[in-house]
Amino acid sequence: MSKISLNNLSHSYLAQQNNDLDWALKDIDLEWSDGGAYALLGPSGCGKTTLLNIISGLLKPTKGEVYFDDKKITHLSSVERNIAQIFQFPVIYDTMTVFDNLAFPLRNRGISEDKIQPRVKEIAEMLDLSETLYNRASGLTADGKQKISLGRGLVRSDVNVIMFDEPLTVIDPHLKWILKSKLKELHQEINRTMIYVTHDQTEALTFADQVVVMHEGQLVQKGTPVELFEKPKHTFVGHFIGSPGMNILPCKLMNGKVNFSGAKIEMEKKISSHKTYSKTQIGIRPEFVSFSNSGIAVKILKVNNAGRHKIIDIECDGGKLKMISSVTATTPSGTAYVKFNSKYTYVYGDDWIVEE
Amino acid sequence: MRKTLNQKAWFFVLPVFFLVAFNAAIPLMTVINYSFQETFGDNIFFWEGTRWFKQILQSDRFHGALGRQFLFTFLVLIIQIPLGIAIALSMPKEGVGVSVCLVLMSMPLLIPWNVVGAMWNIFALPEIGFLGHSLNALGIDYNYTQQPFAAWFTIILMDVWHWTSLVVLLAYAGLCAIPDAYYQAAKIDGASRWSIFRHIELPKMKKVLTIAILLRFMDSFMIYTEPFVLTGGGPGNATTFLSIDLVKMALGQFDLGPAAAMSLIYFFIVLLICWVFYNLMMRHEGHHE
Repeated sequence: MSKISLNNLSHSYLAQQNNDLDWALKDIDLEWSDGGAYALLGPSGCGKTTLLNIISGLLKPTKGEVYFDDKKITHLSSVERNIAQIFQFPVIYDTMTVFDNLAFPLRNRGISEDKIQPRVKEIAEMLDLSETLYNRASGLTADGKQKISLGRGLVRSDVNVIMFDEPLTVIDPHLKWILKSKLKELHQEINRTMIYVTHDQTEALTFADQVVVMHEGQLVQKGTPVELFEKPKHTFVGHFIGSPGMNILPCKLMNGKVNFSGAKIEMEKKISSHKTYSKTQIGIRPEFVSFSNSGIAVKILKVNNAGRHKIIDIECDGGKLKMISSVTATTPSGTAYVKFNSKYTYVYGDDWIVEE
Repeated sequence: MRKTLNQKAWFFVLPVFFLVAFNAAIPLMTVINYSFQETFGDNIFFWEGTRWFKQILQSDRFHGALGRQFLFTFLVLIIQIPLGIAIALSMPKEGVGVSVCLVLMSMPLLIPWNVVGAMWNIFALPEIGFLGHSLNALGIDYNYTQQPFAAWFTIILMDVWHWTSLVVLLAYAGLCAIPDAYYQAAKIDGASRWSIFRHIELPKMKKVLTIAILLRFMDSFMIYTEPFVLTGGGPGNATTFLSIDLVKMALGQFDLGPAAAMSLIYFFIVLLICWVFYNLMMRHEGHHE
């Protein structure tokens, strides 16, 4: 049970780093408080597994330190860190029964057999493994095997943190839901820090209280699911979260005024920055674009019915956009005007949000 | 739908039919034919029934060769399998070392068998061979052409040198197929080196080790060339294994009937042991998906 802090962490798999691309992780600073449910979200290859392996002690970082509470643990082994990790593919010990698999981490730590018995049974009960407890583990289905992996992570009651590295990848969709809610339930039950790595935004947003989004080895935003949705700090977060993602189109920024598609865009906060950017863009989520009597002139290209709402492809002088409207609302045909909700309209300079 | 009767497809089976016929069925039938008859040449045969089988099964000579054969195979397996696994475990998993090790390991397997015999014959000679001369210089009385123990020692050493690589290569292939996650999970579970070997590496190597044991059993049980070149079965009959004895009987004494009976018995022993081995080692495989 402890707080986890990462201090100026960088990692490279190469012995020598010549340029930016040689780094798998770049200057990560992060703090996770005790008992929370966190998700690390990002596409494949963004460095999230590397970060996880550094926290669990399977990798030594090239630069920077890892702290549990205020103790520096960067050079401790996985065993000394007392953590649990569940991997993408189920790892089970083929020759053992389900019971022996679950008891393995306890036995390795020299815990007496009369303490192991009730603990293993309790965990098996939580994961619905009781019926097959004395079967050989190799005979189980993929989700059964992954449950064993989960169980081995949960069986030690004193771990500092439990980490999940895309644990549901090999699980069938209908079982994913069951295991996912099981995990959420377990977090509430055992109240331990959990870090969940995934590239699936739904998994991350439903599991975690706080999500960390990673992109090309950098930490781009940390926040609650709502914050990530309502105020993406980086264009990548805008793209990656939401379905469809944020509309991000080039715009002009002159004297604090935003000019897009020939119209002046209202912003909630005035932009006073005099910094110059090589690229300025406007970002608006499809949810916050609506039809209006005046504003930006658009042409309607396509209307897709997506169940409870419609996704409408529109085009203006500034480029192509998507907007979402309810199925019951009527869609004008041909040309129309749209306006952006000023509260959720942002300007990005060189991909990062411009706030002042 | 109209079902057409077309037997032409049977022609496609012909090549394999002939292959099997000439390769296995016809030679085997010839041996069976000889094993029940007596011949003095000129293609004249006399029916003898099971007489040769009884004679072989009751002969001390056969019992002796069979005993030596079992001892040899047992020693070969008990040394080569653990040694092969140990070498495979200590081989590097990445880097330049991998190809260096693999090439070094493959070398003995690429040498023709009679060359291996000849090499060791010279290598172990007491007067001029490096091994033989060194041992004698150390004060050990070693002469494999005269001492049965020295002959056994040399043959086992030669076979270990020649064939352990095969076990190494198979075991190494098995080890390389284990995903990293297993080792990482074991680390986090706090497993000891022995536990990792016992619960991850050994079970994951089971299939390749089954193959290694079967191959090493069959090859060592049928070994002929190397001991023939090295010791010729001597001194006396000390290293006369089944196949050497069989050739002596068939070609040296020209006892075709008893030799045929002996080869059939030999064949059934190999078949039976392979079957038992395989079933023992694959006992639990049925539970897998």
